[in-house]
Amino acid sequence: MSEPNNAARPIRRPNQEIHDGPVRASAYVCEAASCMSLQAHEITVRLAEATADAGMSDVAVKRVGCMGLCAAGPLVKIPQTGELFSAVTLDNLEPIVQALDKVTDASARLPLGPFFEHQVRVVTENFGEIDPESLDDYVARGGYEALGRVLAEMTSTQVREEITRSGLRGRGGAGYPTGLKWTTVAKAAGTQKYVICNADEGDPGAFMDRSVLESDPFRVLEGMAIAAFAVHATEGYIYCRAEYPLAVARLRGAIRQAQKAGFLGQGIANTSFAFDVQIRLGAGAFVCGEETALIASVEGKRGTPRPRPPYPAVEGLNGCPTLINNVESLANVPAILRNGSEWYAGLGSGKSKGTKVFALAGRIVNTGLVEVPMGMSLREIVYDIGGGIVDGRLFKAVQTGGPSGGCIPAQFLDMPMTYEALIEVGSFMGSGGLIVMDDTSCMVDVAKYFMDFCRDESCGKCVPCRVGTTQMWMLLDKITRGKADLIDLAQLERLAGVVQRMSLCGLGQGAPNPVFSTLRYFRDEYMAHILERRCPAGVCEIEALAQHAEVPA
Amino acid sequence: MPALYRKPSPPSDDKRWKIVETRMRRMGNRPAALIEALHSAQEAFGYLDENALLFVGDTLGVPHSRVYGVATFYSFFTLKPQGEHTCVVCTGTACYINGAKDILAGLERELGVRPKQTTPDNKVSVLTARCLGACSLAPAVIVDGEVAGKVKAGELIARLEAM
Repeated sequence: MSEPNNAARPIRRPNQEIHDGPVRASAYVCEAASCMSLQAHEITVRLAEATADAGMSDVAVKRVGCMGLCAAGPLVKIPQTGELFSAVTLDNLEPIVQALDKVTDASARLPLGPFFEHQVRVVTENFGEIDPESLDDYVARGGYEALGRVLAEMTSTQVREEITRSGLRGRGGAGYPTGLKWTTVAKAAGTQKYVICNADEGDPGAFMDRSVLESDPFRVLEGMAIAAFAVHATEGYIYCRAEYPLAVARLRGAIRQAQKAGFLGQGIANTSFAFDVQIRLGAGAFVCGEETALIASVEGKRGTPRPRPPYPAVEGLNGCPTLINNVESLANVPAILRNGSEWYAGLGSGKSKGTKVFALAGRIVNTGLVEVPMGMSLREIVYDIGGGIVDGRLFKAVQTGGPSGGCIPAQFLDMPMTYEALIEVGSFMGSGGLIVMDDTSCMVDVAKYFMDFCRDESCGKCVPCRVGTTQMWMLLDKITRGKADLIDLAQLERLAGVVQRMSLCGLGQGAPNPVFSTLRYFRDEYMAHILERRCPAGVCEIEALAQHAEVPA
Repeated sequence: MPALYRKPSPPSDDKRWKIVETRMRRMGNRPAALIEALHSAQEAFGYLDENALLFVGDTLGVPHSRVYGVATFYSFFTLKPQGEHTCVVCTGTACYINGAKDILAGLERELGVRPKQTTPDNKVSVLTARCLGACSLAPAVIVDGEVAGKVKAGELIARLEAM
């Protein structure tokens, strides 16, 4: 896969540089991956030229990160009035130029609309506001305030206590308490310790981490530096998917700028604290999201997991204690230390504190990125923020947690989105991808899709996962072709239990989940395939009913 | 007497090997640099041939068997040259339920190529990606590095056939 040809090209921001007076109006152009693939960068350049040609010397045009409403991209926002232009093309820039011309100090701010109003922004607070490639922009919005205070006023124990009190839990999916993990690493024996940021966002349908890296890369670096201080680490790695060229380019740029400004390297912020970060590229292996496999990959080896314990917190990269946190977890850290743990613990509900970024995708109107307090109901996310189902069709299920997750049917639309509630209904928070399905999706086919994924991504180290996922896929395939009987279904259920209990790592242990959850809520669809030889959603191609005689009595 | 160590020399005097050598040297020519070195070789040459694998292994002191193991373990690396054009079809969940399956079926029917294959005239290679993260554009494909969203199978095939 080649990089987008405009990934890291410096951008002309003519008007900001030409005139010294205050900026009367500005146009923020979203330059995150989704809008970028629709010529957002060309729009920025053309808009800067158009305003300059019109003699508007007090208008600034700048590139910003993801605004969240990816379905309506490319997006241009006028922050002074809150006007949002969607589906902008190079041919229809004139209305934007005219709107910029009309902005005055007294211009009324427009309401934001339900997509934005229901959200609470912590991790994404700078999205669509700052130029992701500008350290100055980040600092102007309170960036590096937290690191400064940590280094000047706090001990590493105090930092860890603050994170523990905030109730932050791992945003990669499992929800392990972050403070506890930090304490384990800090107390582990050894002088060399590492911090690794897990940016190997492998769940299909999840793109939160990519957006954070593309829209606010400095926040992740600041979070890593604070984590390093708290656990006494001096070296850090960001393990990022090679499939995210724009995110990698922005990270590289951010690391260079932070090193130059003294936020990375020796003597950070004029203290004796030293910490530096390197990027390691993944190479397309889903299993590398598992922490021991990730470490093997950073060491340049095949990404195969190993049994735990010892946990990486005790024995990780190069045999040294290693802290591994997900991108979103680390992006929460600066905000927690800036605003205090009580503020953070005040968000969310029960044992799930703070906010969660979700990627909405599938058969939903407002595909994109949203951040809501933990505990918001699924209905509010899908209907109020997401705008409901495409073409007004019937909601069938929402799939969370990727290939290790499950499908949540309509009867649970009012459930709160928390770690606990999701596990209760047989699903999983995962990294936060929400894929909405309507009545055009066959749930047996969906289960087969995820099993195909797991069978392909299984690293092959342990037998239950390597052989079990293939066998389960074959059984599912048999069902979708209308060739299965009830014995096959019983086999499938039994095998799913074996794979879940016996597999070495999370990939295999989670692989049966889509089967379990679809069987739990959509067993009638399995039955229709097996007993009636038909696919209720009309997705599976079932051969003619001639073989009906095979149906067991 | 043990044989003297000789620094391995690049397989040819192609200037692109310099890029690969530099990347390895920056990481201290240590075994941990293996994946980064393979990335840079693939970036420079488009795929990894036997010479590249041997050279990288010798420079980093990694056994050839392990180099081959790593290069074949990760799906991002390819040991075969690609066709003139590449078409990457996203098979993420959002693209799947929005019709990626039909696109792949169409490509197989009309062009006779399945994922990881190249047309006999060496024009188009078809690949799949797990998820491009472009879920709002589902179904998405990347044709020669450019993302195209909300793709219809027929239009895509017509475009590839015209190449």
